[in-house]
Amino acid sequence: MAGSTPASAMTDGGLWADAGRRLRGNRAALAAAGVIVLLVLAALLGPLVSPYAVDQVDWTLNPLASPPSFANGHWFGTDGNGRDLFVRVWSGTRVSLLVALLATAVSVVIGAAWGATAGYLGGRIDGWMMRVVDVLYALPYMFFVIILTVVFGRSLWLIFLAIGAVGWLTMARIVRGQALALRGREFVTAAVTLGLPAHRIIARHIVPNVLGTVIVYATLTVPQVILFESFLSFLGLGVQEPLTSLGRLVAEGALEMETAPWLLLAPSAVLALLLLALNFLGDGLRDALDPRQG
Amino acid sequence: MSERLLEVRGLTVRFPVRGAGLLGPRGWLVAVNGVDLDVAAGQAVGIVGESGCGKSTLARAILGLVTPQSGTITWRGRPVTRTDAAGLRQMRREVQVVFQDPVGSLDPRMTIGESVAEALVALGGPVAREEAWRRVAVTLEEVGLDAALASRYPHELSGGQCQRAAIARAIVARPKLLVCDEAVSALDVSVQAQIVNLLGDLRGRHGLSLLFISHNLAVVRHLCDEVVVLHFGQVVEQGPRDQVFAAPAHPYTRALLDAVPRPDPAPASR
Amino acid sequence: MAAGPLLEIRDLAVEFATPRGTVRAVREVSLEVRRGECLAIVGESGSGKSQLFLGSFGLLAARGTARGAVHFDGADLLGADPGPLCAARGTRLGLVFQDPMNALTPHLAIGRQLEEVVLDRGLLDGTAARQRSLEMLRAVRMPEPETRLRQYPHELSGGQRQRAAIAMALMTRPELLVADEPTTALDVTVQAQVIEVLREACDAGLALVLITHDLGVVAGIADRVAVMYAGRIVESAPVRELFAAAAHPYTAALLASVPRLDTPVTVRLADIDGQPPRPGEELPGCAFAPRCPAARELCRTTQPALRASGERSIACHAPLVDIGAPR
Repeated sequence: MAGSTPASAMTDGGLWADAGRRLRGNRAALAAAGVIVLLVLAALLGPLVSPYAVDQVDWTLNPLASPPSFANGHWFGTDGNGRDLFVRVWSGTRVSLLVALLATAVSVVIGAAWGATAGYLGGRIDGWMMRVVDVLYALPYMFFVIILTVVFGRSLWLIFLAIGAVGWLTMARIVRGQALALRGREFVTAAVTLGLPAHRIIARHIVPNVLGTVIVYATLTVPQVILFESFLSFLGLGVQEPLTSLGRLVAEGALEMETAPWLLLAPSAVLALLLLALNFLGDGLRDALDPRQG
Repeated sequence: MSERLLEVRGLTVRFPVRGAGLLGPRGWLVAVNGVDLDVAAGQAVGIVGESGCGKSTLARAILGLVTPQSGTITWRGRPVTRTDAAGLRQMRREVQVVFQDPVGSLDPRMTIGESVAEALVALGGPVAREEAWRRVAVTLEEVGLDAALASRYPHELSGGQCQRAAIARAIVARPKLLVCDEAVSALDVSVQAQIVNLLGDLRGRHGLSLLFISHNLAVVRHLCDEVVVLHFGQVVEQGPRDQVFAAPAHPYTRALLDAVPRPDPAPASR
Repeated sequence: MAAGPLLEIRDLAVEFATPRGTVRAVREVSLEVRRGECLAIVGESGSGKSQLFLGSFGLLAARGTARGAVHFDGADLLGADPGPLCAARGTRLGLVFQDPMNALTPHLAIGRQLEEVVLDRGLLDGTAARQRSLEMLRAVRMPEPETRLRQYPHELSGGQRQRAAIAMALMTRPELLVADEPTTALDVTVQAQVIEVLREACDAGLALVLITHDLGVVAGIADRVAVMYAGRIVESAPVRELFAAAAHPYTAALLASVPRLDTPVTVRLADIDGQPPRPGEELPGCAFAPRCPAARELCRTTQPALRASGERSIACHAPLVDIGAPR
């Protein structure tokens, strides 16, 4: 009671409009969103802007790995094979973002559905559903990925599968907690007295009310996925030639760190910037969507 | 003699205490203990008692939200249990509820128009969009809300307006019995009076029966024909309103009535 | 001891900065609380009755500001120097809120929480603190006080928790206790006991401000009543005069709309049309005019000022009772 603002019915457009307003007031989140937009644009347009292609070897350079210069158009420099780093970095960013978005989408859909159902149904069903999650969590994950890679060969789709297979677990736990809390709310009880079947209650009442949390954690999952993909690539299990990703570029750059530091700096800088911006945005979304604020 | 809509006999509801031991719960809390209750068509029955007396649990059992340990609930001559899906569906169409927290009983992510429409479709079967919105508008007007408020969200409305919306949701499918679980307890005094009047009006207009659960004896006295007094899950007194209030038989009823503060600073009471 | 009022609030305004503009929760309210008296503040949601005291004692939410003068026994609480406020709050001035679970820390035993109040301030030492806790629990008629000292808040019932919260507020033997809806969440029998406890404290010399919407409770304990509507005081009077002949149409309507056990049952309750204005809603004239059965043209255009005559004051262009000329 002490210290609470009086109920202000001076808003309209519902809770999403409120959240949008709060988000717009958060400078850090807006800046982060701007950075992300810029990075996405760069990833889409970068390779088009440069005169070089992704795997084009520039034989005119001596040595093949040359530092950044404006003169020859290799704005980020070239790698050991004479390929332009600028184009490769933005191509790699494309791949990293694609993997991250798709894998996150998969894990969100599966995780949210799983968690919402378990949390709402409660009791033994909840128990069994969450035991499945616990067991999968306990699996040695790298082991699992390596086996998959060996069995199915290396492909982009495999990476989605591997990352998605793990990503949904945390989302399921988080959503299940929220759903459990929602189950006790009176409007859910009201829906039960209307005779609505469980799947309709979950779809119409539980999911929209956990959407805020889901969005926040999805935004915070994306950087985790990018990092994980980078890690896989670093180990040589990720994307393969001719595709490249930020992780691969960082791995390659790390090898040449002493002789050609630009090979590490450029992709690392982009990766760090992307992760930072996503985290800021995720934080901002969490603050904006938290109904207890304001 | 008007039709006896609801007949409750020997209803007992209990909950396990302190979770389950290895071989089952370590004890039972009996929330409702052998309660008998009748509601006839057009009648308003008030259930009074203090917190923990089981009145809310009783309401939930009648609504099919908790499974009773023993006893029977009969709706319009047909016994109802949680396992009888068809019977439960029928009862749900004809028995609706208004809860205590006006804002909390409405989905914050749905407009009140959508909440009322959902009830209409869930209870009354598929309806064409145009017809559905028309009926929503009519029902909102009937509970004293401007139909234009259908596009508002619960947090944009006052407590009284939300409770009216909740009542609209409850009556849109024309139930026969409205269960009010402390429906006016969370409202301001002046708004309480409006909602009490509204319930009375709806009763008169539609022949709606009421099962009015409240700890506020004065409101119950105003609104109800029959009164049931609950104490620790048991009915300690039951009877016509005037009789129970004017000449309470049970000491607990007397204690309850004595404890109600009179809005009258007569010298004797100070 | 000075002869002036214990608490004096002059032209207090409480505002909140929101994205949609400034919300004025309390609009230039002045009132006094005399030593040993029980003042009831009656109002509904949005009347500003809680914010009035939260603002007076520096307890507003982050976006709230309080302007005006608040003097406690002569000391300025809202001045530039936070000293008098910090010194008074929690010692000479006690506060009790509606939900006792908010006042009590869930993970500490009751006894420990009570003792902390006096130990932290260095007012008493260990043994004396323990004795004072027992004394206070007895004063609030807590059953089995010795056992309660060792128990945790969740082991107590709602009524017992509220009594513990009151005991906590009384630990420092304050001169003024402000209780915001202390009995609203309680059963009617427990409510009667808690009101009895407060009345005994009042009889023993404590000044009490009781913020409530329950007129029955007011009748049972208050000496004076101030009625608030839309951030202003619309009427104040000694309790008997208010109940016998309310001057402001809102007060009269409020009294008429409460169902009672001792009057015949009517077909309809005398409700008030419309609803209270939203916090922040600005109306040109009297805030109650849209709902007032006695409203005149003047009421809609000009805000009535609060004028006093003897013990009564009224802010209305068309009062139901003539309270007389200013004396």
